[in-house]
Amino acid sequence: MKHKLRFAAVLLFLPLIFSPLLAQEGEEMQDGLLAEMQIEPPPQAVITVAEDMPNDGGHKLTVRWEFPKEFTSSVVRFEVYRAYSPDGEFVLRGESPNDFYEYLDIGDREEESPNYMPNDSSYYYKIVAVGTEGVSSESEVGGPYKTYGQWFHTGKVPLLIAVILFCIFTIYFVLSAKGGKELYIRPLAGIEAVDEAIGRATEMGKPILYVLGIGTAAEIATIASFTILGRVAKKVAEYQTSLIVPCYEPIVMSVAQDIVRSAYLEAGRPDQYDEDSVFFVTNAQFAYVAGVNGIMVRDLPATNFYLGYFAAESLLLAETGNAIGAIQIAGTDQVSQLPFFVVACDYTLIGEELYAASAYLGRDPLLLGSLKAEDWAKGILMVLMVLIILAVLLGWDAPREWIRVNL
Amino acid sequence: MMENGPDLVTLLWTTLAAFLTLATFSFLYKDNPLYKIAEHLVVGVSAGYFMVLFLWTSLKPVLIDRLIDGQYWYYIPAVLGVMMWFRFSKKLGWLSRYPIAFYVGTSGVAIPLYMYNNVNRQLSSTLDLTLGFGSLAHFWNIIIVIGVLTGLVYFFFSKEHKGAFGGAAKIGIFILMIGFGASFGYTVMARISLFVQRIASLEEWGVMLYTYIFG
Repeated sequence: MKHKLRFAAVLLFLPLIFSPLLAQEGEEMQDGLLAEMQIEPPPQAVITVAEDMPNDGGHKLTVRWEFPKEFTSSVVRFEVYRAYSPDGEFVLRGESPNDFYEYLDIGDREEESPNYMPNDSSYYYKIVAVGTEGVSSESEVGGPYKTYGQWFHTGKVPLLIAVILFCIFTIYFVLSAKGGKELYIRPLAGIEAVDEAIGRATEMGKPILYVLGIGTAAEIATIASFTILGRVAKKVAEYQTSLIVPCYEPIVMSVAQDIVRSAYLEAGRPDQYDEDSVFFVTNAQFAYVAGVNGIMVRDLPATNFYLGYFAAESLLLAETGNAIGAIQIAGTDQVSQLPFFVVACDYTLIGEELYAASAYLGRDPLLLGSLKAEDWAKGILMVLMVLIILAVLLGWDAPREWIRVNL
Repeated sequence: MMENGPDLVTLLWTTLAAFLTLATFSFLYKDNPLYKIAEHLVVGVSAGYFMVLFLWTSLKPVLIDRLIDGQYWYYIPAVLGVMMWFRFSKKLGWLSRYPIAFYVGTSGVAIPLYMYNNVNRQLSSTLDLTLGFGSLAHFWNIIIVIGVLTGLVYFFFSKEHKGAFGGAAKIGIFILMIGFGASFGYTVMARISLFVQRIASLEEWGVMLYTYIFG
């Protein structure tokens, strides 16, 4: 009986003795299992497609892949690798968040760039899903995927329509003007004053200074200024006044010389033309200002014209001209410089008025026609704006939404 | 001279810079020989500098090197460039007009960009405003719309500015002038900061000179 009791006690205590060991072992097993579960790599991503980016020069590809959503939390990020062949060297191109299965691979078009992505070429991709514990899984290599450059940007159709419409208007009005139709342009105060200013210089026996600005000969403002220069030079030749045209750009100087020479010829005084009256100063902005200001204070012109493309030198020139008491007529399409001309000059042609002035003075059908076309375009724009605003105020937002998306 | 003071070369260059700054400022009084020296120096140096810069940053890498590399289509701009030199010939001077025509003609390339930036974006931005009544933001947005429309009226050249049309144009130019005023003030502030910078450089020169002489 005693033995039986002892045996029962031992049986009773055995689990108590071994339970911590068993529990420890269980915990270790559990830990091992968990560890095994955590270091298990995430599932592979599957590349579905890599599409060429539309409306570009062929230097972008959008890579898309699939990944089981239930494993999103097991992934930190996706890394996108690219190679030129399936067994070539894969280079990391970028990363994508763990819940975003798309990557836009943007390359450069310059051959010299380290990020160069040639047009019309094949590429291979692979996606690496980086797991939370740093264990990753690589996808199968996808490809070849090709980039294509597009000749036509479909997103710019509204722009094309606008340009075509404008061209139609221009051609129509140019043909009308050439056909002898009188096209009205309202008088501009600055241009009305040109003759008066030249007359003043003649009476005073002082020269006229004409500054074409610091733009290139291809600048629209400079081209407009050339036309006005032609008209001014012709008047100067008729009145036998002297003209000074200091130039910032060698090609502008060449064109200006031709224009002034032609104007003198047109006025019937080719012998009066002085080639040195149109000259190059320098190609440095503030050195040019210093040079022109020096001319102003020494030659004391009675009239100064500043017409063309201007930058920070506008106030420096206009201020000096004002100080010497010259009549000043300025015009530029550079909005940031207009305030200075408005403040320091007697007349200012604001923005598009410069183009209008060249058409008004030149009476050239081409210029008149394009100016009329611009007016029509502006008219259509105004009507369109008023109609869309009214529609919005009345609660119909569709036209504005179309503009927002397409323009 | 102090051990850590300025060296003579630095002092000389800084003195030259200070002299030229003062010579330029002397124009504020009236035209004078000092200003003439500064003016002729800056014009001459800049013209020479730009010629050398143009040679080494444009002509050599963009044209000569490419021709040497065998990119023979660069002969086209090279020939156009050479044609410019015919200006010095009375007989063949007309040839120089071809490169000029080509150069000026390229401005047409800017038309789509000009249309996009100045027309499409302007229209889209103006219409993108929150339109309505009842708040201060709405009021300002209406002012912007009125400003754009009347500004366009001002730049309409086919009709004389009379009557209601003239009134709208007046509002347009009034709004433009407000914009110009703000822009003027802003730029004058920037110019004043440039002036302050020059004065600071003069002060720096003064300190440098004092340190050099008195240690």
